[in-house]
Amino acid sequence: MQKFTLHKGLVAPMDRENVDTDAIIPKQFLKSIKKTGFGPNLFDEWRYLDKGEPGVPESQRKPNPDFVLNQPRYQGASILLARKNFGCGSSREHAPWALDQYGFRAIIAPSFADIFFNNCFKNGLLPIVLPEATVDQLFNEAAAFPGYQLTVDLERQVVVRPQGEEIPFDVVPFRKYCLLNGFDDIGLTLRHADKIRAFEAARLASKPWLSHTMAA
Amino acid sequence: MGRTLYDKIFDEHVVHTEEDGTAVLYIDRHLVHEVTSPQAFEGLREAGRKVWRVSSIVATADHNTPTTGWERGYDGIADPISKEQIVTLDKNIQESGAAAFFPFLSKRQGIVHVIGPENGATLPGMTVVCGDSHTSTHGAFGALAHGIGTSEVEHVMATQTLLAKKAKNMLVKVNGKVAPGITAKDIVLAIIGKIGTAGGTGYTIEFAGEAIRDLSMEGRMTVCNMAIEAGARAGLVAVDDKTINYVKGRPLAPTGVEWDQAVAYWKTLHSDADAKFDAVVELNAAEIVPQVTWGTSPEMVLGIDAVVPDPDKEKDPSKRGAIERALTYMGLQPGKPMDDIFVDKVFIGSCTNSRIEDMREAAAVVKKLGQKVAKNIKLAMVVPGSGLVKEQAEREGLDAIFKAAGFEWREPGCSMCLAMNADRLEPGERCASTSNRNFEGRQGAGGRTHLVSPAMAAAAAIHGHFVDIRQFA
Repeated sequence: MQKFTLHKGLVAPMDRENVDTDAIIPKQFLKSIKKTGFGPNLFDEWRYLDKGEPGVPESQRKPNPDFVLNQPRYQGASILLARKNFGCGSSREHAPWALDQYGFRAIIAPSFADIFFNNCFKNGLLPIVLPEATVDQLFNEAAAFPGYQLTVDLERQVVVRPQGEEIPFDVVPFRKYCLLNGFDDIGLTLRHADKIRAFEAARLASKPWLSHTMAA
Repeated sequence: MGRTLYDKIFDEHVVHTEEDGTAVLYIDRHLVHEVTSPQAFEGLREAGRKVWRVSSIVATADHNTPTTGWERGYDGIADPISKEQIVTLDKNIQESGAAAFFPFLSKRQGIVHVIGPENGATLPGMTVVCGDSHTSTHGAFGALAHGIGTSEVEHVMATQTLLAKKAKNMLVKVNGKVAPGITAKDIVLAIIGKIGTAGGTGYTIEFAGEAIRDLSMEGRMTVCNMAIEAGARAGLVAVDDKTINYVKGRPLAPTGVEWDQAVAYWKTLHSDADAKFDAVVELNAAEIVPQVTWGTSPEMVLGIDAVVPDPDKEKDPSKRGAIERALTYMGLQPGKPMDDIFVDKVFIGSCTNSRIEDMREAAAVVKKLGQKVAKNIKLAMVVPGSGLVKEQAEREGLDAIFKAAGFEWREPGCSMCLAMNADRLEPGERCASTSNRNFEGRQGAGGRTHLVSPAMAAAAAIHGHFVDIRQFA
C-alpha cells in the first residue's frame, strides 16, 4: 500500500450529499479482473455526456463542461471536498481505486459510508471526517479562491488552511500506523498466525458444523 | 449488565485486540462471487499465499450471469468481459477449492445471498462476509454478516480474519401487526424512510418487535438485506424456532448429535433482557402502508397514498437541492399522486426479493387480477434468485401464471438490480423494481427506478402504474 504522511494539494468541491458508489464508478466498469484502469471512468455518468463503456479511450469521450472535475480551475485536484454520507451503497473497492487512480489522495466530508470509509484506508487514500460547519466553510473558500489548496498532515492529524490555521481530525491509531508506514494489513495480521490457528482449532472442535463441505 | 446479540457474536469471534480496540475477528463463512474476488485471488498468488481455510468458502457466479441463452452454455454470455470474469472465478475456485461451488449453469447456482441460506451455508452465530454490501441479508439468521471490499476479501482468504472496530448497537422495533398486503419490503422501506440512508452509519441494527417476529425467514432476509440502505453494515434478527426450522435438513447444516449441540447454542443467540442499545427506533406496524420510492436514494420513499414532494416546502437548502435534483432526474412533478406514476418496465428479482415467498406473493397478485400485463409495459420480467427457487416455483406452477399474463420467466442471477448483464433500463425508462437501490443509473444509465415489494411490482405490471395493493389483500 502507498504511504500517506503529508500531502498538499488542490481542492475540488463536490457539492452533493449521498454520493453513492454507483456514481463513483458505474457497474459496467466493474467487469475488469484487474485493479487498475478505473481513473478515467471516475464519476463517469456525470463527467461525460456520452454513455461510457469499457475499453473506450478517454480521448474519444465527450466531457461534460459543467461537471466540477472538468472545470479548468480544478484540473490536477488531489483533495476531494464532499458532503455527508459520501460513498454510500455498494462495497465495491473499485470506488476508492477509481478515486486514487484519478489522482485523489484525501477526501474531506462530514461523514462517510462505513464500508467505503474502510476501503479507502486499504488503498492509501485518506478519508477525513470534519464537522459539517467546517466543511461548509471549506466549500465557500474553495469556491471563492481559484487554486485553493489544503495541506493534510496525517502524523499531526491536522488539515492546514492556506493561511496556516489548523483543523484537527480523528483517525483510528492502527489505521494511522498502517497508512504512515504503507503497511500491508495481511502481513501485520499474520504476526498473530499462531493465535489464529489456536483459536480456529478450538472453535472448530466445539462447533464442527462450521467446516462441513458439500460434494461438487 | 446484559449483552446485545451483536455483542455476543462479535465477542465470541475476537482472536486478538490491538491497543486501540481494533480486533482481529475470526471469520466462519466467506461467500465469494465473480466481481470482487479476481483481484483478491491474484493478490494471494503474487504474495505466494494460499487460502487459509478452504472449508469456509462458498462461491457462485451471479452478477454477470445472463438470464437468457443458457441453452448455449458459456457461449450464451454475450459480453466477453463478463465471460472472462465468470471463467476466472471457475479457475480460481478450481485452484483454491471451496466448501461448495455453484458455477454458472449448475442447478444450485444463483444470487450469493440466496444460495447461502438455502444450502445451509449461513448458520446462526456465524461471522459471514462477502465482497458485496448486501451480505447483511444473512443477519436474518442471527449471524453477524456484512460486506467487505476486495482487499478484505484477500485478507480473509489469507488469514481467516478481518480487522474490525466494534460498531455501536441500534435497536429498531416494529411494534404490533402490519395490515393485510403489507410485506417485509414495505417494513424495511418505512424504516429507511424514517432514519434515512445514513441513520445506521456506525451501527449494527437489530430488528425486533412483533412485526419482525411475524415475518418468515424470507421476510427477515429482505429486512436485513436493506440494513445497508439505512447505512448499517450489518442487520440482525434474534434466533427463534423459525430460524432453526428453516436451517434443518439443508446440505451444510449439522445433523445428528451435532444438530442438538448446535440448536442448544443457537437458542442463546438473542439480546439479553437488560441489554443496553446506543440508539432505539420504534415504528408502529399498523401505520405502515405500501411503500414506493420516488427519488434517487432509498430514503426518498413514501406511501402509495401520498404525493410526490414539493421542494419549495423544504426549508433546509441542501435537502431542497437534493429533492429538486432527484425530481429532475426522475422526471416527476411535485404533487403528482404516487398511484398516478406509470412505468415502462417491471423487474421482480434481486437478493432482496427473489426467494420462493417473493415469487408466490407476486404470482398471487397476478392470478387475483386475472389480466395480462398492461400495454404500456415494454417488459415485465421475473428472475428467480437461484436454480432451486426456479425449480420450486415451476413445480408450484408459478412460472405458468407469470407467462400466461405476459411476464418473462428468466434464469437466475442479479440481473436488472444493477444491470451488469444485458438486463437494463434505457435512458428515461421508468421501472417498478423489487431490488434495493434506486441511485441514478443503477439499473442502466438514465434509468428511473422505483423500489417496491413483489406484490406492488406485479400489480404495477398489470395496471401499468402503481396501485394500492391493499385493495386486493
